[in-house]
Amino acid sequence: MIRIIAPLIGLGFAFVLVLGLFGTLTSEAQPETAEHEFHEHPKKLDLASNGVFGKFDNQQLQRGFQVYKEVCAACHSLKYVAFRDLAALGYSEAEVAAIADDYQVPSVNPDTGEAATRDGVAADRFPLVYPNEVAARAANNNAIPPDLSLMTKARHDGAAYVYSLLTGYQPTVPAEVTQKYPEFQVSPGLNYNPYFPTLALAMAPPLVADNQVTYADGTPATVDQMAKDVAAFLVWTAEPKLAARHTAGLASVLFILIFTGLAWGSYKTIWRDKKH
Amino acid sequence: MSFPWAKQYEPKSPVMKWVDERLPFPRLVYNAVGAGYPVPRNLNYFWNFGVLAGAALAIQIVTGIVLAMQYSTDATTAFFSVERIMRDVPAGWFLRYAHANGASMFFIVVYIHIARGLYYGSYKAPREMVWLLGVVIFLLMMATAFMGYVLPWGQMSFWGAQVITGFFSAIPLVGEPIRIWLLGGYAPDAAALNRFFSLHYLMPFVIAGVIILHIWALHIPGSNNPTGVEVKGEQDTVPFHPYYTAKDGFGLGIFLLVFAGFLFFAPNMLGHPDNYIEANPLSTPAHIVPEWYFLPFYAILKSFTADFILDAKLWGVLAMFGSILLLFFLPWLDNSPVRSSNYRPTYRWFLIVLALDVLVLGYVGGAEATNGNVLIGQIATAYYFLHFLVILPIVSAAERPRPLPNSITEAVLKGKGGTSPSQTAIPEAHSPQPAE
Ligand code: HEC
Ligand code: HEM
Repeated sequence: MIRIIAPLIGLGFAFVLVLGLFGTLTSEAQPETAEHEFHEHPKKLDLASNGVFGKFDNQQLQRGFQVYKEVCAACHSLKYVAFRDLAALGYSEAEVAAIADDYQVPSVNPDTGEAATRDGVAADRFPLVYPNEVAARAANNNAIPPDLSLMTKARHDGAAYVYSLLTGYQPTVPAEVTQKYPEFQVSPGLNYNPYFPTLALAMAPPLVADNQVTYADGTPATVDQMAKDVAAFLVWTAEPKLAARHTAGLASVLFILIFTGLAWGSYKTIWRDKKH
Repeated sequence: MSFPWAKQYEPKSPVMKWVDERLPFPRLVYNAVGAGYPVPRNLNYFWNFGVLAGAALAIQIVTGIVLAMQYSTDATTAFFSVERIMRDVPAGWFLRYAHANGASMFFIVVYIHIARGLYYGSYKAPREMVWLLGVVIFLLMMATAFMGYVLPWGQMSFWGAQVITGFFSAIPLVGEPIRIWLLGGYAPDAAALNRFFSLHYLMPFVIAGVIILHIWALHIPGSNNPTGVEVKGEQDTVPFHPYYTAKDGFGLGIFLLVFAGFLFFAPNMLGHPDNYIEANPLSTPAHIVPEWYFLPFYAILKSFTADFILDAKLWGVLAMFGSILLLFFLPWLDNSPVRSSNYRPTYRWFLIVLALDVLVLGYVGGAEATNGNVLIGQIATAYYFLHFLVILPIVSAAERPRPLPNSITEAVLKGKGGTSPSQTAIPEAHSPQPAE
């Protein structure tokens, strides 16, 4: 019985699939789009944190933090990161307290109970930049600057993507794009950038001139350098335990290798006299 | 149960003797996974995967329970609580990455375990019940993994839940009310998140229960083996302990190495970046894709594009569930008395094509829906169903199997443990082993 019904069901599914298949064959190919053709994959980015032995370069993270604080923080929050976490970048307790002190965090007025702000302390997280989405949109051409804490994990090839995005702006739409796709246009308020999936985003180029920040460690602050440094910093904000994870990983793998070797030995010993 | 020559439990210490007389639990363990369970001597490494699946489940339960101590089941705080686990909870990143990658490892292991069963005919008499319970476990695993993926409340969590519960709305008339009833609302929200967490915590223990039945059912006929020939006598078997406990120990080591590779060095490789963006009902991701282990089934769903009596969406949903449910009928679709595909020269090739077919489906499931990809998906889906429902019944009736060895021991002593598909050297064998 089942060997009769089953083939009928199988052929039924196959029949409906063949119907669909004809539909697919006769349907027109999706038109090629500028977004599809001119979207570029991120450039390669070498960071100390890459690879199995990757560790953070604290010097670079401090520079990246400086770029974030002096440029990006005007629009982007870092809400999952606490000031105390910055100690991992090599800042002293006093330096962390001073950084926190520069920020105003939400509070209540102790006398009236009304909403107020106070100076940040090490235990606070970075405060939001805008009180709500409406305010964020109002200030940014109807776009919301996303929180950057997890940015490098929330995009494919995250760090390289951030670096490429920051250095990939083009002042006008390239001629080859307009030639091939005359209807392609960048709406007012958006900026052409081939690394962004839709080729145009609401963020104006944030890093525009060399020496936009003055690095405390004297590194020349080229646009490229600042973009790299802030990308490295955002790797840390997204995965602060990366270096610890790599160290623990190497120790674990070593331990498991020894265990596996011993297990192999006992397996071979026990089966010595048995042909199998 | 088991074979007459199985060793009997003899307590060595007075304490164990005392316990065993009052509650024969030590005896139960001894007979289940100790020296009291005789196992074919010629098992290859594919027989490691059952134990590995058990290990994977144990890892999921342990890491899951600890994670639940820090996780917050509230749509407004769930995402944040996961970040707290990653950043502030001691070794929290380890627990979370272990649980997330552990789920992937569990599926890798179970897919190999199922493939082993398909290749060596372990689903056939007298092991049908083992197989049926296996498919039940597989279904429970899929439900558990789906609900677990919703918990971090990222974009893919939310939209995955939206899409998967949306399957139910394909059912005519009652579909939409069922969907709303399942979700506890019109879209995934606080109610859905709470019930998913509740069930996600419960189901692994249900799985553990079904695994006990699975192993119980297995121990009635005993394990199959690469020749597919049943055990004939004591010389064909070795006691599970120490022979296979040692081999499983080694297998566990390899499993842990691969697991550690993902966990420590590429913990997000198998995940989707969008799940690091908090759920936002107002912003639909460009591509909604499920976790990698559901991709072949997702491809089947998407391959039905023609309305024919039923609408295409309903066909897709029926086919997707059908593609798993048909496994329940496998023992009766395959009429061949020969178990191991090593001795089934024709069917073997169809099985190899099936394995490639499922990989192709996996690729299509994750790829963009261009015409070319849809076409490949439709062909691959058709083969999937034709394989099980048409080819298998026909081939199993028409095929002339290769001669089987007379016994496991004979195969082993000839140096053909049945592990390689080459022609056996045994000149004249009986007619194929009848499935008793
Ligand atoms: C003047 C405000 C402003 C400043 C300053 C700014 N951004 Fe942005 N950023 C935005 C806005 C607005 C968007 C949203 C763009 C969109 O969705 O079109 C955005 C988006 C982004 C994105 C996400 C792109 C995506 O894939 O969605 C990244 C990454 C980013 N900014 C990084 C930075 C970095 C790094 C800096 C500092 C060097 C910075 N931004 C400075 C306004 C700003
Ligand atoms: C939680 C998941 C599972 C666990 C922990 C588990 C555990 C086990 C164990 C310990 C064995 C004996 C060792 C072995 O032969 O590998 C076994 C055998 C078996 N399992 Fe599973 N299993 C699981 C899922 C499945 C699934 C999903 C299927 C099929 C759909 C399945 C089918 C079988 C079959 C047919 C056997 C007998 C194999 C033989 O004797 O050749 N199992 N299982």
